[in-house]
Amino acid sequence: MAKSANLEHPQTPAQLEEFYRQMVFIRRFEEKCNLAYRQGKAGGYLHVYIGMEATAIGWNAALKPGWDYVITAYRDHAQPLLMGADPVKVMAEIMGRQGGYSHGKGGSMHIYDIEHNFYGGWGIVGGHVAMGAGLAFAAKYREEDRVAVCYLGDGASNAGVFFETLNMASLWDLPVIFVIENNEFAMGTRLEYHASDTHLYKRGEPFGIKSERVDGMDLFTTLEDAKRIVDWVRTNQRPYLVEVMNYRFAGHGAADNDRQLYRTKEEEDENMKRDPLARLRKYLVDKKICSDEKLEAVEEEISDQVEKIYEAADASPFPDPHEVYDHVYSDMAPEAGH
Amino acid sequence: MATATLIETTFRDAIHKCIDEEMERNPDVFVLGEDIGRYEGTFKVTKGLWPKYGEKRVIDTPIVEPGFTGIAIGAAMTGLRPIVEMMTMSFSILALDQIINHAAKVHYMTGGQAKVPMVVRGPGGAAKQLSAQHSHSMEGWYAHCPGLKVVAPATVEDAYGMLKTAIWDDNPVIFTENPGLYTIKGTIPDDKDFSVPFGKAQILHEGTDISLVGYSRMTQVNLAVAEELSKEGISAEVVDVRSLLPLDTDTIFASVAKTHRAVVVYEDWRSGGFGAEIAQRISEDCFDDLDAPVLRVGGLNVPMPYARVLELECIPDVKDVLEKVRRIL
Repeated sequence: MAKSANLEHPQTPAQLEEFYRQMVFIRRFEEKCNLAYRQGKAGGYLHVYIGMEATAIGWNAALKPGWDYVITAYRDHAQPLLMGADPVKVMAEIMGRQGGYSHGKGGSMHIYDIEHNFYGGWGIVGGHVAMGAGLAFAAKYREEDRVAVCYLGDGASNAGVFFETLNMASLWDLPVIFVIENNEFAMGTRLEYHASDTHLYKRGEPFGIKSERVDGMDLFTTLEDAKRIVDWVRTNQRPYLVEVMNYRFAGHGAADNDRQLYRTKEEEDENMKRDPLARLRKYLVDKKICSDEKLEAVEEEISDQVEKIYEAADASPFPDPHEVYDHVYSDMAPEAGH
Repeated sequence: MATATLIETTFRDAIHKCIDEEMERNPDVFVLGEDIGRYEGTFKVTKGLWPKYGEKRVIDTPIVEPGFTGIAIGAAMTGLRPIVEMMTMSFSILALDQIINHAAKVHYMTGGQAKVPMVVRGPGGAAKQLSAQHSHSMEGWYAHCPGLKVVAPATVEDAYGMLKTAIWDDNPVIFTENPGLYTIKGTIPDDKDFSVPFGKAQILHEGTDISLVGYSRMTQVNLAVAEELSKEGISAEVVDVRSLLPLDTDTIFASVAKTHRAVVVYEDWRSGGFGAEIAQRISEDCFDDLDAPVLRVGGLNVPMPYARVLELECIPDVKDVLEKVRRIL
């Protein structure tokens, strides 16, 4: 379990400021998405990462950019933004515009940036997990030292295909890291109501997979854990299972307007104290790494940046109706007409 | 044009030869499935590949269709070219989520960023007394789904040439092999670059009185029907659809325009099977050409029974097709 965050950390002040910028950026981006949804600028199902930012930032920092693979489910905005995706194209996709990564055919749940090795963006709970192992399979097949990070939720950890995949990942020595983002709720069903054993990391152990539970709300421990585990997997060419304990502050999706159906306000308030953003900010100020004024300026700058991203995305046109037939196949059009 | 030497072989060996040649040609091609390596495959299609290519490229999987199909899709998204063997296409029902909800939609949902050059192949339809859970004809289920290509060859040459096309294709392809065809004989060109394109039906027996439209093993039944009818002076045209998705309606419609009558024959359950789709296309587009309603001959709408006499009752045969032909001639 988590070590104390109150360590002397190896990161330079410049690195710490960069992590803070990343975290503020994701927070503001996601807040903007929620607002866009409420204003009818985004539709469908939309799931934000607010409260869980330290996890994606910490793990992203441990990966080799442009080399390692990442795949996740539908809470999928943060990872591509961290991996180098164009935020305007991410926002445009969420808004269903031609300028989006999938030209408006994916939406919030289906963001992909293959150029930066972000493989989505999937809507079937547990469905993408085998594909995550497939990315690692490809790396091993080609004798490359890439690792694949496959995020999944606590809800997905009950899926049959997850257990099938754990077995094959171990059997075939695949360099894949299953990161279970345990935010304590499978949609609106609390962990204790959906998992027979709530220690989800134990699910790797019967398959001979090294498995552990870590704190996903503390950036510093996450940075350490992620680096240690990614390096181990790259070196040992074996899978790994990490249960990352975190908490989503927002509802399951943007349409989840009544969180008190499944959790109390008191519980939320208690968990807000774990807010990775507030804690990192306090650390930076307390340790005199950045002044309060400096951080306020950073926050303002990023808010402006997100606003500009939104405006640029909003300027992208909706897809032309004839585009509905594009990309069904790589080399032919499907039959047209109703 | 130089003509390649012809090799006599079987449907099964043609498929084997194609896989072997493509594995030899392209290191990105690999095969995975249940008991395909050491055990040589339930229908022995992959016999000899494991000793030749080793376990890296001929992968015996656990019996988990969703899991290994998903791994193949993930690998394919990075550019590898997996050939997934389903021990029977009936088992691919377990992997429908991976094939339909994932593989078929990757190119679309990524806006063209990723492709899935994967072949899912295996025996589809009834073999002999394998009963209800091992005898499904799945091609109609898959041909319903945009993003997949679905082919069902009926001849040795097509088994060889269409599998070439399938392996070279950048989209997920469902390649169904009726187990009743594995032992049929035929010829293939001695040319490893030979291929048969998708989306082209073929006329295997020319005729003027009625079109018999089918695919996979039912095309062989239709050929036998045409032979029977010719003894009575009736000229039947056998249209081998062979590619369900994409579907070559031009060839089908041209045949109907010539014969003015059509019977569509398929082994799948009659209700909602792919033959119903073909029949409706003919009805919609060839209404003025038709002198009689388009009839269907499909498998009986029951789970496949075990007893041979009952199984044979379910699968359309020459007698069943002749009966429908006589109703509209």
